[in-house]
Amino acid sequence: MFIINSPLEEILEINHHIYLLKTFSPELTSIIKPGQFLNIRVSERVFPLLRRPFSVCDVDGDHLYLMFNIMGEGTSILAHKPIGSTLDILGPLGNGFNLDGNYETAVIVAGGLGAAPFPYVTRKLKGKKNILSFIGGRSKDDVITYNLQNATEASDDGSRGYKGNVIQLLEKNLEKLKSQKIKIFACGPTAMLRALKEFCIINNFECEASTECAMACGFGICQGCPIESTTEKDKYLLVCKDGPVFNIRDVVI
Amino acid sequence: MSTVDLSVNIGSLTLRNPIMLASGTVGYGNEMAEFTDLNKLGAIVTKSLSLKPRKGNPPQRIVETPAGMLNAIGLANVGVEVFLKEKIPFLKKFDVPLICNIAASTMEEYVECTRILTQEDTISAFEINVSCPNVKEGGLSFGNDLSAVGKITDKVRAVTNKPLIMKLSPNVSYIAEFAKAAKENGADAVSAINTLVGAAFNIFTRKPKIQNVTGGLSGPAIKPIAIAKVLEISKQVDIPIIGIGGIMDWRDVIEFMIAGSSAVQIGTLNFIDPSAPGKIVTQLEDYCMKNEVKNISSLIASYQL
Repeated sequence: MFIINSPLEEILEINHHIYLLKTFSPELTSIIKPGQFLNIRVSERVFPLLRRPFSVCDVDGDHLYLMFNIMGEGTSILAHKPIGSTLDILGPLGNGFNLDGNYETAVIVAGGLGAAPFPYVTRKLKGKKNILSFIGGRSKDDVITYNLQNATEASDDGSRGYKGNVIQLLEKNLEKLKSQKIKIFACGPTAMLRALKEFCIINNFECEASTECAMACGFGICQGCPIESTTEKDKYLLVCKDGPVFNIRDVVI
Repeated sequence: MSTVDLSVNIGSLTLRNPIMLASGTVGYGNEMAEFTDLNKLGAIVTKSLSLKPRKGNPPQRIVETPAGMLNAIGLANVGVEVFLKEKIPFLKKFDVPLICNIAASTMEEYVECTRILTQEDTISAFEINVSCPNVKEGGLSFGNDLSAVGKITDKVRAVTNKPLIMKLSPNVSYIAEFAKAAKENGADAVSAINTLVGAAFNIFTRKPKIQNVTGGLSGPAIKPIAIAKVLEISKQVDIPIIGIGGIMDWRDVIEFMIAGSSAVQIGTLNFIDPSAPGKIVTQLEDYCMKNEVKNISSLIASYQL
């Protein structure tokens, strides 16, 4: 991990309120793994004070992409940064997805902006594994299928794809999932991950999930982002350093 | 060749420069070492240690506030035994004074931690945290109990010959009284300030933003308060002060020294720019050269009131 200033090349609004940022950063693209994240200082001033964490969305040659929505002051400043200005990036941080393994089909499960890490996952898996993507969101604008493969969609209000949540969508496709050797890669809201964990335990599916927690530093010194371990009694792991990707069975969600 | 002398003294401890890394913002050194040359610094202060490992508070532990942040980590730490076995070997590799911060729930625990740790040669000094705002065991809050601070200082002093620094709480009416109690009971220095108690609510759910409800406020928002507290101690008590509170750059360091600090600790800034402490050392040297300050220690308490 290191701190680097990378030029901002482009910011696109790919869905309503969902932005895709492109930066030129060969130093990062040569080493970053799918599921790892970056901590970005959006302003030199004291408000916003802390860096903002973003998982890597995609890597194409020397170009790195981040996907985000406007949550507050920090992301608003980021969305309006002038093209050509530099981004103060600290990274790569955390542990990414383990894409290797004895499985035929990668099953991507994402809710809302949880789709962010999967274009890069998809890029890495293409030609090596089959890919099925199950993508959910509250409404049509929250269902993000940017650069994903074989996406089946769900929305809570039925405005896009299956009416219901993404776990119900998985249940509907259970026969298909059980007919092959799969590994699930997931990211999304806590409620989704909690339901997914139960679904994976019941059906004996392997699953890695990217988790989220408010954090200050992103590399282990502030101890601000605990997640409870299921493998060690009475112990917190850190989302930033031990995660953000965990075997879904190893953490309390 | 540099003719500037950046060294400062904290009791019998000489630091090559006044830049220390604050407890709880540097872990046990290994992550920070990837960004800043620890050998360039004045000293590093470990995460608060307790006798046994502490799990810490449940999430959410942190929230950003205007020009600052609230934290309620709950003194999560590996405990004295694991620290000595697993963390000291890495820290031994560096030529930088290591100051062990100790936080305990009882008087006996402070003494026991110090008694064990003082035997480790790598540890140069102790900083006693009597002021963590986020842990209240047995209803005790030592930091704003004048006689408790005096008593802890006295008891810990009895088990170590190493320099003893008492880290004071700003959540009191007259911090100088606490510095005086520390001095009278044998402390070599005080560090000021620990975080201020703060809270923040989500206006839609009406729930506190951090699980512990209240947390410790740090960052540039608290700097003027810290400067005032340092000044108060400096004017009333003859004891070295380590200034802490919202330092973001070399100018803040100079300001803290003018207000009465012999050295400073950098905290929240490490989360944002972990490479900053090393750069600040270089910038202090530049400031001294340009302003014909031969010894940086001449800045200490040089205020013109």
